[in-house]
Amino acid sequence: MVERNYMRLEFLSKSNNESFARVVVAAFASQLDPTIEELSDIKTAVSEAVTNSIIHGYEYKEGMVIIEATIEDNRIEIIVEDKGKGIEDIDKAMEPFYTSKPDLERSGMGFTVMETFMDGLEVESQVGKGTRVKMIKNFKSLSDRE
Amino acid sequence: MRFSTDTIKDHLIIKLEGELDHHTSEELRKKIDQLYFSNNLLNMVLDLRGLNFMDSSGIGLIMGRYKNCKERKGNLSIISTNPHIERILKMSGLLKIVNLYSSIDEIIKG
Ligand SMILES: Nc1ncnc2c1ncn2[C@@H]1O[C@H](COP(=O)(O)OP(=O)(O)O)[C@@H](O)[C@H]1O
Ligand SMILES: [Mg+2]
Repeated sequence: MVERNYMRLEFLSKSNNESFARVVVAAFASQLDPTIEELSDIKTAVSEAVTNSIIHGYEYKEGMVIIEATIEDNRIEIIVEDKGKGIEDIDKAMEPFYTSKPDLERSGMGFTVMETFMDGLEVESQVGKGTRVKMIKNFKSLSDRE
Repeated sequence: MRFSTDTIKDHLIIKLEGELDHHTSEELRKKIDQLYFSNNLLNMVLDLRGLNFMDSSGIGLIMGRYKNCKERKGNLSIISTNPHIERILKMSGLLKIVNLYSSIDEIIKG
């Protein structure tokens, strides 16, 4: 069992911060002693959410992306938030292959990746206000692994 | 992200190394297209074995190159041995239209 811990990270919506963000969250998650695969899942999910804030939320304009992560017992909760454009129809946005920016060679697989690699995904959004994506991952406890 | 290229017969071979995300894919896409079109090549091979990270931006990049190859009636092949990357490839349905190999020799025979 890991004692509760919390972090908050705020950074400018620049695409070179995508790798910075996923590495920071992965380093924080390391306190739960995850497997390489679990770490890989977290990195990918964070990368998807942060990329969405930069491309879709702020549409390449400057804004702040905020990440909060909490670990407790053997789970991590990650929130990725922007104060950007917001999503009009969340159900449609979450459909596999749906993208509002096909011209940018987006695949429309971001939310599907987050859903598949994490154990929980919740999206809250308000047009003109921003988007908040909450993801949860349960780690196999050490005793289960041996 | 680093990459190196090679041509064998009418194949443009692109070896990727590092992390393929939205940030790195934009620059990479332009460079690949320039090589493919200016050298008048038919087929393309994307060697992903040197990647240690790829997210759905990689899928977008591969889809886009697939379309370019199809327009020229050429083939796009992928080389990968990383299970995490293969999971994303599979999820996107890409493996239904693009062949996956584990070495260059399997693609270029004879
Ligand atoms: N943070 C966000 N702000 C505004 N719109 C978003 C955000 N995240 C996702 N979306 C919308 O949801 C769609 C689907 O997202 P996703 O599955 O990641 O696919 P992609 O990024 O390839 O378009 C996006 O095309 C966009 O319209
Ligand atoms: Mg996305």
